[in-house]
Amino acid sequence: MGEYSVQELTSILAMQGFAGISLFSVLLLMALGLAIIFGQMGVINMAHGEFMAMGAYTTYLLSVVTESYFPAFMNYYFLFAIVVSFLVAGLFGYLTEFVLIRHLYKRPLDTLLATWGLSLIMQQSFRSIFGAREVSPTLPDWLMGSWMPTETIFIPINGMFVLGLTTLVTIGVFLLMYRSSWGLNVRATTQNRVMSGAVGINTKQVDRLTFALGCGIAGIAGAAFTTIASTGPTSGSLYIVDTFMVVVFGGAASLFGTIASAFTIAQAQSILEFFISGSMAKVFTLLALVIILMMRPEGLFSIKVRK
Amino acid sequence: MNFVYERFLGGKSGAIALGILALLILVVLPLALDLFRLNLVGKYLTYAFAAVSLVLLWGYGGILSLGQGIFFGLGGYAMAMFLKLEASDPESTSIQTTPGIPDFMDWNQLTELPWFWVPFESFTFTLLAILLVPSIFAFIIGYSMFKRRVGGVYFAIITQVIAVILTVLIVGQQGFTGGINGITDLRTLNGWDIRDDSSKYILYFINAILLLGVIMVSKFILTSKLGQLLLAMKDKEDRVRFSGYDVSNFKIFVFCVSAVIAAIGGAMFTLQVGFMSPSFVGIVPSIEMVIFAAVGGRMSLVGVVYGTLLVNYGKTAFSETFPELWLFLMGGLFIAVVMFFPNGLAGIYNKYAPKVKFLKPLFDKPVQSEKKSATKIESEATTEGAK
Repeated sequence: MGEYSVQELTSILAMQGFAGISLFSVLLLMALGLAIIFGQMGVINMAHGEFMAMGAYTTYLLSVVTESYFPAFMNYYFLFAIVVSFLVAGLFGYLTEFVLIRHLYKRPLDTLLATWGLSLIMQQSFRSIFGAREVSPTLPDWLMGSWMPTETIFIPINGMFVLGLTTLVTIGVFLLMYRSSWGLNVRATTQNRVMSGAVGINTKQVDRLTFALGCGIAGIAGAAFTTIASTGPTSGSLYIVDTFMVVVFGGAASLFGTIASAFTIAQAQSILEFFISGSMAKVFTLLALVIILMMRPEGLFSIKVRK
Repeated sequence: MNFVYERFLGGKSGAIALGILALLILVVLPLALDLFRLNLVGKYLTYAFAAVSLVLLWGYGGILSLGQGIFFGLGGYAMAMFLKLEASDPESTSIQTTPGIPDFMDWNQLTELPWFWVPFESFTFTLLAILLVPSIFAFIIGYSMFKRRVGGVYFAIITQVIAVILTVLIVGQQGFTGGINGITDLRTLNGWDIRDDSSKYILYFINAILLLGVIMVSKFILTSKLGQLLLAMKDKEDRVRFSGYDVSNFKIFVFCVSAVIAAIGGAMFTLQVGFMSPSFVGIVPSIEMVIFAAVGGRMSLVGVVYGTLLVNYGKTAFSETFPELWLFLMGGLFIAVVMFFPNGLAGIYNKYAPKVKFLKPLFDKPVQSEKKSATKIESEATTEGAK
C-alpha cells in the first residue's frame, strides 16, 4: 500500500466504502424479502433473484413506455416504477404461493428444487421476452451525477438514492412485522401454526400474503438495482447465493442480524476488491462466512432455536 | 453366494433391475450406437456416479448436498492434472518460454510448476488423490457441520456456497488451474492414447463396469445396518440419537462415501471427454445432478442411472433443435417431479409395473412394497414439517 498517500487512501476508502454501501443496499433489499420468506416461513425460494429481475424489467418497461408516450413525466416515473415493481413482483409471488409453494410447506428441500425449476422458467421467459442482451432504463436526470464533498471523493447520487430507499423499506418492514397486528399474525403462524389457526388466524391467507410481501420487496430491490447496473436475464441468479448467505449469516429470524450481515458482507467485499482482484475478494469473503458459519451455525444474531 | 445375492444385488427384484441395466449399458447400447453417441452415453454415465452418490446421501440419508459438483470436479481435476502433466513433456512444449510446464501456465507467465502440481506426476498418487482428496474434504465439511447438528436447508446452502467458492477460485487463478477454459488438450494415460477409437470403447466399458460396481457397493451399504440407521435418521433423527447412536458419525461417513463416488465419476469424465473445466463444478451442474437423482427416483440406485440418461438425452436432443424450449422443459421437470412424482421413475415403475401381469414375477412382494413407499413419503413429509 506504500504507493498511496494518506489522503488518497482516505478517499479510496470513502469511495470504495460507498460502493460497498450501494451493494449493501441492494443486498439488504433482496435479503429483507428473503428473510421474510426464509426466516419467517422457512421456505427456500431459489427464484428470489428472478423476482428481483422481474422488478428490474418492470422498471425498464415503464421507462420505455414513459419515454415514448409521456415524455413530460420522465422526472417522476421512477417513483411510480418502484411501486409498480413491488405490485407486479408481489402479485406474481402471490400466484406462485397459490400454485406451487403451498403444496410443499412440509418438504423444505423439495421447495428448493421446485423454486429452482421456477427460476429456470422465469430466466428463459425474460430471455424470450426481452432478449439475451442487458437492458437499462433511462434514468431521470436528478438521479445522475455525483456529489463531491472534497476534491478527491465522488459520491454518486443514485447510490445515495438507493440507500435512502433501502432505509425507508427497512423501516417499513420493521413496522409491519413488529408493530402491526398483521405482523403479529405472521410471527404467531411461524411459531405455532396449529395454535394460530385455533385462535382464529387465517394461516393460509397469512402465508400467501407473507410470501407475496417478500417477493414484492424483491421487486423493489429490482427497481433499485436498475440505478446501479444493467439488467439481464440472469442478473437475479448472480445475487441469489450472496443473498442466502446474508440471511443465514445474520441469523434467519432476525431483522437486525440481516442488516448487520448485509453491511459486513458488502463492505468486506468491496473494500477487498480494491486491493486484490474481484474474484479473490469474493472467495475470501465467502470463505470467511463459511468458516464463521461452521463455528457458529445459528448466525450472528438469532433467537435460540434449533432448526 | 446367497450373501452376495441378498446384500450386493438386493434380492430378486434388485438383481433383475441391475441385470437389465447391465444388459443395456454393456450390450445393447454399444451395439446400437455409433462411437460418437456411445461416447456421449459414457459421459452421461459419469454423471450417474454423482446421481448414485445422491441416492445414498439424499434419498436414504435425507441430507441434500448441492455441492456434489465439488467432488465431481475434484476427481476430474486430479485426473486432468495428471494427464496434462503427461501431455506437457519438454519435447512437445519446446516452443514455450518455459518448456515442460502445462501451456496455460506458460501463457500466464509462470516459470515453474506450482508445488501442488508436482505430486501429480505420479499415477499412483493421482489415483489415491482421486479417492482421498474428496473424502478428506467431505470429512472436514461434514465434521464441522454435522457435529454441530447443522442439517437440512442450511447444509444445502453451505455446500452450494462452497461450490461457488471453488468455481470462482478455479476461474480466478488462471495460471494454476487453466481458468474458465479448464484443463484441455489431454492426450495419453501412461503412454496409452486416450483419444483413438479403441481406447474410447475400452474407457466406456471400464466406466460402465465401475458404475455397476459402485451401485453394488452402495446396495451393500444400504442393506447393512448402517443403511437401516440412515433411513431411521431421516425419518426420526432424535429417536435414533436417543437410542444411543452418534448420528453425526453416520452422516459424516455417508457424506464421505458419496464424495468418493462422485469423484470417481469426475475422473472417468476427464478420461472419456478429454478435458475438465469449472463448468462441471459450480451451482448449476450440482443442481443438475440432484435433478438426475430426483427424476430417476431418489430411493433407487438403478433408477437414477435411467434418470441421468433420460434427462441428458433430453438436454442434448432439445438443445440441438429447440434450445429455448429446453430451459422451460427442465424447469417444468423440476416442478413436476417434486410435486407429482417424489419417487421419480423408479416410483412410477414400482407402483404400476407389479400390476402388469407379465411383469409380476419380477417382484418379490409387490403389494407390500407399494404400500411401504406410499407411507414413507407421508412420514417423510410429516417429519420434515415437524422440524
